[in-house]
Amino acid sequence: MTETDAIVIENASLYGDTTADLVIVDGRIASLDRADAPAGARTIDASGLVALPGLVDIHVHLREPGREDAETIETGSRSAAKGGFVAVHAMANTTPTADTAGVVEQVASRGKEVGLVDVYPVGAVTVGLEGNQLSEMGAMANSRAQVRVFSDDGKCVHDPVLMRRALEYVKTFDGVIAQHAQDPRLTEGAQMHEGLVSTDLGLAGWPAVAEESIIARDVLLAEHVGSRLHVCHLSTAGSVEIIRWAKAKGIDVTAEVMPHHLLLTDENVRGYDPRFKVNPPLRTQADVDAVRAGLADGTIDIVATDHAPHPDEDKDCEWGAAAMGMIGLETAVGIVQKTMVDSGALSWRDVARVMSTTPASIGRDEGHGRPLEVGEPANITLIDPTATWTVEPSATASRSNNSPFGGIELPGRAVATFLRGRPTYTDVSFEGAFA
Amino acid sequence: MKHLLGTQDMTREDATLILDTTAQMAATQDREIRKLPTLRGRTVVNLFFEDSTRTRISFEAAAKRLSADVINFSAKGSSLSKGESLKDTALTLQAMGADAVVIRHWASGAADRLAQSGWMHGAVLNAGDGTHQHPTQALLDAFTMRRHLVTEPDGRGLDGLTVAIVGDVLHSRVAGSNIALLKTLGANVVVVAPPTLIPFGMAAREDISVHYTLDSALEAHDFDAIMMLRVQRERMTGGGSGFFPSPEEYTRLFGLDRARMDRMPEHAIILHPGPMNRGLEISAEAADSPRSVIVEQVSNGVAVRMAALYLLLSGEEAPND
Repeated sequence: MTETDAIVIENASLYGDTTADLVIVDGRIASLDRADAPAGARTIDASGLVALPGLVDIHVHLREPGREDAETIETGSRSAAKGGFVAVHAMANTTPTADTAGVVEQVASRGKEVGLVDVYPVGAVTVGLEGNQLSEMGAMANSRAQVRVFSDDGKCVHDPVLMRRALEYVKTFDGVIAQHAQDPRLTEGAQMHEGLVSTDLGLAGWPAVAEESIIARDVLLAEHVGSRLHVCHLSTAGSVEIIRWAKAKGIDVTAEVMPHHLLLTDENVRGYDPRFKVNPPLRTQADVDAVRAGLADGTIDIVATDHAPHPDEDKDCEWGAAAMGMIGLETAVGIVQKTMVDSGALSWRDVARVMSTTPASIGRDEGHGRPLEVGEPANITLIDPTATWTVEPSATASRSNNSPFGGIELPGRAVATFLRGRPTYTDVSFEGAFA
Repeated sequence: MKHLLGTQDMTREDATLILDTTAQMAATQDREIRKLPTLRGRTVVNLFFEDSTRTRISFEAAAKRLSADVINFSAKGSSLSKGESLKDTALTLQAMGADAVVIRHWASGAADRLAQSGWMHGAVLNAGDGTHQHPTQALLDAFTMRRHLVTEPDGRGLDGLTVAIVGDVLHSRVAGSNIALLKTLGANVVVVAPPTLIPFGMAAREDISVHYTLDSALEAHDFDAIMMLRVQRERMTGGGSGFFPSPEEYTRLFGLDRARMDRMPEHAIILHPGPMNRGLEISAEAADSPRSVIVEQVSNGVAVRMAALYLLLSGEEAPND
């Protein structure tokens, strides 16, 4: 990058609380004062926009290799950039499974080729996600993909001995096990949250205890072997309590919540529209209130999307035949603002923590989640907190449009994303010619 | 009424209208020539994703007695082995000009989905969806109870009657539809089942009594009607997934035998949606006793389905011939 690629973001509200300029030169933040901008720099008037460290999503499904009909690394990266993300962790449940150095290197290198976000492959904990035998996590960690996050996401590492070994084993390379907490026996055939609505709808229940019992076991295992544990897509009030207890005990555990669990409830399932089918399922309003409170008080560390693209034929069908999961990269910022920021539960500085700094730290993503300070990599997300918009699922950059938020009005969205100084998504006007 | 999907949102007025129309339909079935010309030229499709000979032939007989053309469409498939998708099947039926689709499906909500999806325009009649609803069964049960237990039944509900529903309520779409409809029609509902077979939240409901043994229920209530649900043996013997230790224990605690039958008031009737497991949930003595209205339920089933098809396909006027 030459000086002519320099960009000046003028009058941005850093973290929503400090107005400054961001002078970007050679992919780094060179100054916080436009007076230092090199000649020929393009400028963006960011008055009224909030600047945050580029967002990091530790939990997405990019579907490549194997299900390129649902998403590719390219379309998923485009959707991520559009949603304000500069880095994503791509889950291992691809075909073939990301359980070897070869597959994770393929994913990482394709991500680099596309170049819109940093794509960090997640390695499978067990071979083929089958829960029988540890995958070669060392090989994945030492590969060019440098995997640090391991998960059988989509499936739970249910066997307690296997989970213990996995937690111990990844210490070698400072890895973390991200657990999909779901007792498989308690959720056989489960279709939605087990509660009053599932009784009305005649759908097999996915009880909260199936999540909570695994989380309880895992935090105790993590304590016993002194390892760090990350809990994926926490969704129940009971889970929040268990994490709170574990943290109070000093157990090294982190937890994530999904935007849809901050906003939607099992009541949305009435009508049997499969766009609301997701795993873990949409819970009750009491659970929504609890995860919001948990995110607000730091019990829940981060927001991640669990962006899960599915083609039309897997959603345009009867509930029981439909796939679980929903896309979420482009709506995450708006939903977090709607549910947490506008209610005063989180400041934009907190949003930077839960959507950038801490996820980058959990994933050991070098160069991400850094403060907006001179000398730091210019990974920046600009958010327009007043850009009220109505979600139109077909307008997504993702290859799939299985969003449950269609027609919902959101208060704000990402309007520009910069990865090491390069705009990867912009919906703001630049002044000055492109080099 | 555009569709008949379930009883949960059915108004008392609509329920009563269907029951009154059923009475008119039933009256025509005592004539020498039972066929009515009402739905001549209309096409009714029986779309069955799940085997159910009884329900299918009941709908078929109902449609034919109203002179409709009937097409039987058996689309096998499950969540594991998908056959043709529901959507493609619906588009096909739409192209063929189906005026009404009677759907039986293994997935809860399939009938709702079909009705709301825009895949087809005809009326949808739910003939049983997963463990959700089976509204015509509940309507024929209500009709049978009203006929036996309510004097001058026309226009009336089931106010003040006490009805027991015994068995696998958790997996029963029959129970799901019956509970809602009975409440709408003013009956007291007593659910009798082991706690493993009670749906989430039902025990806490204030508008339903729940008993965990049949004896305690008989002790506490004077039933006007008792409805025995079919018990599936595989629910008992699923190893660690079994809902009950053994068929023998089930029969001991929940089976309707002579002794328990004798504890009910003399006028109380016995219902069963069929097919029965004689010796498991109901003894032969009970099933064949004069109190049993099980065979009559079958003939009322045809009348109720005639009424439903009639009301959905030809407006609200009753037949006057």
